[in-house]
Amino acid sequence: MSNVIEVKRLIKDYGSLHAVNGIDLEVHKGEVFAFLGPNGAGKTTTVEILEGIRPRTSGSVDVLGIDPWHDGLKLIHKIGVIPQGFNFFEKITPAEAIRFYAGLFRKNTNVDELLKKVQLEDKAKDVFDSLSGGQKQKMGLALSMVNDPEILFLDEPTSGLDPQARRAIWDVIRSLKAEGKTVFLTTHYLEEAQILADRVAIIDLGKIIVTGTPSEIIQEHGHREVLRIEAPPAMAEYLRSHLDLQVDVRDSTVEVEIRVKEDVLRVLNVAETSGIPWEGVTTHMETLEDVFIRMVGKMDEGTVAGEGKKGGAPLGK
Amino acid sequence: MNPRNIFLYLHIFALGYLRSRIGLFFSLVFPVILILLFGAIFSSSGSSAINIYVQNQDHNSPISQKFIAALNETGAFNVNIVSPSSGNLSTWLSNNGDTAGIVIPAGFAAQFMNHTPVRVTVYTDPAQGATAGTVQGVVQGVVNEFNLGGTPPVITVRSLNVGSTSFQYIDYLVPGLIGFTVLTSPMFATVNISSEFKKYKLFRQLSLTPLTRGEWLTAAIIWFIVLTAISTVLMVSIGELVYGAKVTLTLLAVPFLVLGPLFFVSLGLVAGSATNSPESAAVIGNLITFPMMFLSGTFFPVSMFPSWLQDVAFCLPLYYVIDGLNNAMVFGNVGRVLVDLTVIVVLAIVTFIAAIHLFKWREK
Repeated sequence: MSNVIEVKRLIKDYGSLHAVNGIDLEVHKGEVFAFLGPNGAGKTTTVEILEGIRPRTSGSVDVLGIDPWHDGLKLIHKIGVIPQGFNFFEKITPAEAIRFYAGLFRKNTNVDELLKKVQLEDKAKDVFDSLSGGQKQKMGLALSMVNDPEILFLDEPTSGLDPQARRAIWDVIRSLKAEGKTVFLTTHYLEEAQILADRVAIIDLGKIIVTGTPSEIIQEHGHREVLRIEAPPAMAEYLRSHLDLQVDVRDSTVEVEIRVKEDVLRVLNVAETSGIPWEGVTTHMETLEDVFIRMVGKMDEGTVAGEGKKGGAPLGK
Repeated sequence: MNPRNIFLYLHIFALGYLRSRIGLFFSLVFPVILILLFGAIFSSSGSSAINIYVQNQDHNSPISQKFIAALNETGAFNVNIVSPSSGNLSTWLSNNGDTAGIVIPAGFAAQFMNHTPVRVTVYTDPAQGATAGTVQGVVQGVVNEFNLGGTPPVITVRSLNVGSTSFQYIDYLVPGLIGFTVLTSPMFATVNISSEFKKYKLFRQLSLTPLTRGEWLTAAIIWFIVLTAISTVLMVSIGELVYGAKVTLTLLAVPFLVLGPLFFVSLGLVAGSATNSPESAAVIGNLITFPMMFLSGTFFPVSMFPSWLQDVAFCLPLYYVIDGLNNAMVFGNVGRVLVDLTVIVVLAIVTFIAAIHLFKWREK
């Protein structure tokens, strides 16, 4: 499988701060690659280096055989970008914006077709500042496709959108993948990455801590299954002292790792004999989000230099 | 630099600007309101009596005495008589530091009685726009009474400036307000654009297209030159048609209408580069713009200022734009135009280069 992006030992320093600290990355042609990390982890800095709008301190970066910083003008014809919190000239309509981009890229773009593709055909003549958040993102998506790019960099394209608008963007991303485009997706929504991405990389404190398909990551780093009991923390203490299983307390719920089916009965028996009141019981298979939270900790709202303020919902519940 | 890209951005920029009614209001409508307002204020009467010096060269004929009495009766003037032996009234007024006078010519009564046209000369100082307007208006009123609506009128009024040729306040106001447009539209818009585009990452967005910084800047400059040209035509037309301004749109004025916007767009970009916050940018823009707006001869000739304030005006770039426009459009003083132009050329080149260096698409 050929690589369209190859990053080796990439470092980006802002003074004494290592925003990106020696990462290696490969993105295959035609895949949806999700780049995940908490605020200030180095996601946006990395993406901006790949897009050619920010220089690196050291390391090598190859995007479609081009060095983004030194040959950026060549690269912009081959990539499409939606930056975080996409904005445009407030009094310009989506149709005018597409014609403007098509003119700059010397492309004979069918405006109506492109607007239909991003489900924005009924807003073709509405000015940007009258569009909803989801419609603005769709317009950004349309603009990123005007030059028929080989790679699309989508930096939190669904951040702050309602579920319906988010799913509409997902449809477009799926259609891009079906067309053979490579999508480099940065997102706060782990569910989104799990649903859309072929492969995922998680970055924290400027270093990539895990790479693989979502199922590989869950299998390798997640607990296989947990039994959730609605009970006070004292129950966790009691179970720990009577069982050889991993017991955690999360969001007022006691979670017990289940290795084999029989563990469920053992846990319930011990819980019953504890005399501590408990209510509902559910089983739960870990998601990418669970693994992410365990690996990088709860996301904070802080940022580092070069990282934009994030508009998406925090991951922790 | 690709002309097609410049045109494409110019088109988008113009669409956005024209749809933003605030921008359009301050670029075209506001200066028109100013010229109508100031023109009206300084063409109408004042509230207190004005000292006026009358030189009666008609040997105190009864008709001329009656004319002077009529001037007195208006209540607008304190009429003072200057002897015909005092020589040229304009010179006399200049020597005595006075600014309003009337010459009743010899043969006034005889010509009036014979219905032969006769001309009364009114001297005013355009630097004192309100007074000048009042004097001219009131004298014309008295003359109309004497003419009693006769066609053609027997008595006519010739307005001259004290110690100079005939210029009115409106003649100074038109180039001043053109200078006002040259300053305000590019400055306010560019300071605002450069900070808002950074804040909302629009420069970053544009940097990912084939449009270059130079093409963006060129398109913005062209747009403000076009706006300035439209505004100039409006100002000159209103000045001439409504207030009878004597201003000429000559080729000598063109360099100021091109280099002025170029300079102020560049200056706005330099100022906007100092901050990422549109609010701070507005403060910086105001700090630069307001002193220039009021101290560069926009509304009143700089010669009216005390000498220390004149020295301040000479340090302001807009002074050279307005002085250049005055010299090109009103006085026809080519020598002064070249001096003003030299200053503006140097400032424009330096500021343009600074803007290109300070204005970044991309971050480090």
